[in-house]
Amino acid sequence: MTSLDLSIALPEILLSLWAMVALMAGAYFGKDRLAQALTWATVAVFVLLSILIGVQEPVAQQAFGGLFVADGFARFAKMAILLSGAAVLVMGMDYLERTKMMKFEYPILVSLATVGMMVMVSAQDLITLYMGLELQSLALYVLAAFRRDSVKATEAGLKYFVLGALASGLLLYGASLVYGYAGSTMFADIAGTIHGDHLPVGLLMGLAFMLAGLAFKVSAVPFHMWTPDVYEGSPTPVTAFFATAPKVAAMALLARVTFNAFGHAPGDWGQIVGLLAGLSMIVGAIGALGQANLKRLMAYSSISHMGFALLGVTAGSEAGVKATMLYMAIYLTMSIGVFAFMLTMRRDGRPVQGISDLNMLSKSQPRQALALLVLMFSLAGVPPLIGFWAKYAVLAAAIASGYVVLAVVGVIGSVIGAFYYLRLVYFMYFGTETDPLDDDGVPAQRWMTLAAALITVLGVVNLFGIEGAATMAAQALVH
Amino acid sequence: MATILLFAPLVGAIICGFFWRAIGEKTGMVLATALLFLSAALSWVLFLTYDGTAETIHILRFIDSGTLVGDWAIRLDRLTTVMLIVVTSVSALVHLYSFGYMAHDDNWTHDEHYRARFFAYLSLFTFAMLMLVTADNLVQIFFGWEGVGLASYLLIGFYWKKQSASAAAMKAFIVNRVGDFGFIIGIMMLYFLTDSIHFDDIFHSAEALSQQSIHFLWTDWNALEVACFFLFIGAMGKSAQLFLHTWLPDAMEGPTPVSALIHAATMVTAGVFLVSRMSPLMKYAEQPRQFIVIIGALTAFFAATVGLVQNDIKRVIAYSTCSQLGYMFVAAGVGVYSVAMFHLLTHAFFKAMLFLGAGSVIHGMHHEQDMRNYGGLRHKLPYTFWAMMIGTLAITGVGIPFTHIGFAGFISKDAIIESAFGGHAYFAFAMLVVAAAMTSFYSWRLIFLTFFGAPRGDHHTHDHAHESPMVMLIPLGLLAIGAVLAGMIWYDPFFGSHESVHVYFGHSIAMLESNHTLHNAHEAPWWVKVSPFIAMLLGFALAYLFYIVNPRLPKQLAENQPIAYRFLLNKWYFDEIYDAVFVKPALAIGRFFWKRGDGNTIDGFLNGLSMGFMPMLNRIYARAQSGYVYHYAFAMVLGIAALVTYVTLSGGAH
Repeated sequence: MTSLDLSIALPEILLSLWAMVALMAGAYFGKDRLAQALTWATVAVFVLLSILIGVQEPVAQQAFGGLFVADGFARFAKMAILLSGAAVLVMGMDYLERTKMMKFEYPILVSLATVGMMVMVSAQDLITLYMGLELQSLALYVLAAFRRDSVKATEAGLKYFVLGALASGLLLYGASLVYGYAGSTMFADIAGTIHGDHLPVGLLMGLAFMLAGLAFKVSAVPFHMWTPDVYEGSPTPVTAFFATAPKVAAMALLARVTFNAFGHAPGDWGQIVGLLAGLSMIVGAIGALGQANLKRLMAYSSISHMGFALLGVTAGSEAGVKATMLYMAIYLTMSIGVFAFMLTMRRDGRPVQGISDLNMLSKSQPRQALALLVLMFSLAGVPPLIGFWAKYAVLAAAIASGYVVLAVVGVIGSVIGAFYYLRLVYFMYFGTETDPLDDDGVPAQRWMTLAAALITVLGVVNLFGIEGAATMAAQALVH
Repeated sequence: MATILLFAPLVGAIICGFFWRAIGEKTGMVLATALLFLSAALSWVLFLTYDGTAETIHILRFIDSGTLVGDWAIRLDRLTTVMLIVVTSVSALVHLYSFGYMAHDDNWTHDEHYRARFFAYLSLFTFAMLMLVTADNLVQIFFGWEGVGLASYLLIGFYWKKQSASAAAMKAFIVNRVGDFGFIIGIMMLYFLTDSIHFDDIFHSAEALSQQSIHFLWTDWNALEVACFFLFIGAMGKSAQLFLHTWLPDAMEGPTPVSALIHAATMVTAGVFLVSRMSPLMKYAEQPRQFIVIIGALTAFFAATVGLVQNDIKRVIAYSTCSQLGYMFVAAGVGVYSVAMFHLLTHAFFKAMLFLGAGSVIHGMHHEQDMRNYGGLRHKLPYTFWAMMIGTLAITGVGIPFTHIGFAGFISKDAIIESAFGGHAYFAFAMLVVAAAMTSFYSWRLIFLTFFGAPRGDHHTHDHAHESPMVMLIPLGLLAIGAVLAGMIWYDPFFGSHESVHVYFGHSIAMLESNHTLHNAHEAPWWVKVSPFIAMLLGFALAYLFYIVNPRLPKQLAENQPIAYRFLLNKWYFDEIYDAVFVKPALAIGRFFWKRGDGNTIDGFLNGLSMGFMPMLNRIYARAQSGYVYHYAFAMVLGIAALVTYVTLSGGAH
């Protein structure tokens, strides 16, 4: 271990240190009185770290003997994770205050989960992968059950934990199979054992198990069943976190494993990922149809969107990876906008999350309703909003790689999905008159919704330059 | 000059149509009329100074796609100049006349502005017709052709508040569509065969085409003949020949000036013009020309019979137009295109006059159109009466037999009848002579019913009947000059001899060397030459007997012959037959596709999918999402099992 190694992994190390410092500070000094300050400090740390990562040279640098890499791909994913994490922390604070859940552990758990995610996207080895994944997962299990006195939250945490353990088991089993057949845990070595463009059956089995484990993390069908229950049961700020950063991390990890370790045989894992993608797009859309709860609806929405993102990975090409990374960035923006609004949804001071609570929002909060309308149209993939271009990019990549049927399935899923997004718009603009929602959200939440809507509209012009970063990320991943 | 002439009506239409609010309704109307008079004046200058050399004035490139190259150009030759004076003169006079006729209209409330729109349509109509007659290629002629169709649709349906007017407009448009379909097949066939849409190229290869054959539908045809046949189908539609004539009488629903314009100068003459323009092709097309003769003769006869019993003053004249167009086609069919153009020219004068006269009567009688409610109007409407008399003398063909002295219709109609005989089309000759007798009968019937006898109908209306204003009478006077003199002036160049016709028309119309019809016509026996005159006298005598001597006779005859009477009154039941054969089935098919196809199948499918199938899937899915953690785990295990099975079966290196 040299100082170079340490400097390459500096962001992760700094964040871990911060988490420990914060923990000590919380435990010894102020307890929950410090919670707000710690959260703001964490936000600052996230933003600073993302700047630190952003200014790094986009050159692939291996650390710890090849177990860990910092490259363009990791840079893109990490910045997305850190910034979305920061946004979620900011917009959740008011909610936590009001529901008396502002505990100092909250920012610390988020920090630890984030460290895990950062390790995941930089993993170059099965062990690194597992370490990052478990660090993330353990923090998330706790976050899901953060509201200990709520039966629903506890149930959500428990379900997540039990099923997550099962998924970890699948992943580990797959990893052991891969190690057994390839003789190494290093991605580069695994790739070296593959000759021709097909995998040996042993490796294929291992890969299938590993992908199943990762599919659980991105909540791809049929490993998605936990998503609606956990989303619904967890406190809304936590749900917002679940829906954003960990999805990017898991998606990046999935791309990492498939391209770096099995990149020679895109056809073999393409069919697995493609199956997961197709099922996710359809089941996510169908599952959302009958939902009356906004959080469950967003859970299904995220399942469906993950299907589309997986479509880019399925393509197995540089264009596909680029499309996936863009898709994730756009998805993050839209999700943050929607969740920021959901966090303001209260009636008579009590949080509500029913679809019918949106009735005639256009009257009581016209600006927010308009912003939400834009976001819904974008989520549904209505041109010319960026949600459409995100979908277009992954579909184009899939078709370029010959997955035409899958692209058709995606379009069908998107058509079905349009129904429930537009249903929200219907409620907001043509619904029946009911008591309006409280209009006392904090500016941070309100502005985040508006900003997300604005980005959705203005981003059409040049996507704020993230296209170039996504291209570099894809180039770094696909040699 | 030709360019100004061509675009003046378009400018008028645009300014009057779109900017009348800015410049005022009256100014717009005056402007449109002034521009048309300019156009007409230039046409006469052009016509009188034309030296017989054909030229092409290029305006702009219209289409350039592969070998499909078409210019927007003015083809200037004798045929064009003749058509130009016909179109612009009649149109200019109709514009002027409309100032009076459209001044007050019960179809509109006093605060509605309809006049500027009307004038804009009239000018647009004229422009489209000018496009047609000056066309240099098939696509341009089709453009004008459709422009005329559009403008006629707008004008016939001008009283859009009246359901019958809207229906008539649609009918005109749709019936014309049938003809246009034939026309466009003809155009495409010629393009396919010659790889060009330019008249010169096509005419150049006419002789080669007549040797060629083309596979069409089930068998091989002579390329030229089948193309000419389809072109004539187009002409049939526009010129309202038998089977495609049904729109013309209904087109009476438009304001009367429009009827005059449609019947005299534009639209219906397009078909005759087309056949004449295509004479370099037509001259080789033996069978289509025979078809033209037969259709023309039948139309002349059929329309005349129907005209005998109609009571609406405009309808009588409408059927008379239909019948006269039949005459023109007979002439074209036997190969003397100049004679067809001759009758077109003279007919334009007296038919415009008859229509404007009828309009004057209608105007004076407060929009009463039923002749049974007229009578004795010659004292109330003296100028109109004399105008109508001149028109009637012209259309019935009054003149001195065996000389070239007579009203315009006498000369041109006799020319056609003699040509039919000279072209050995004896069936057509017989039909035309009979039709001439009937023409005379119904024309005089119109005069007698309207202007003679005792006033009938609403007493009040008759008391207030008044002569029309000068703006309506001046056009009548000008047209009267044409109706009297046109035949005598232009006898020689149009019908004199093969040589004189050739000198006059140059290459704009073409006749085979072996075509001696004109010569034969002049050499026809005396009884042939005198037959139309006798037919005219017979018709007059019968009309006099029926409507002056013994006005009860027509009624008795109608009662004695109810079947024949009703057969004629209902126009040979063409509308009823078409309704049963085409319209009803088309509506039924349409309704089937609408109700069953669109409503039940497509909407039903989508509604079923989105309101039945998708919620069902959702319900099934919701049952799986039970909330029990072991169900979820089970799903995952099933998933991984399925995944592993799938990859081992389908992928990997075996």
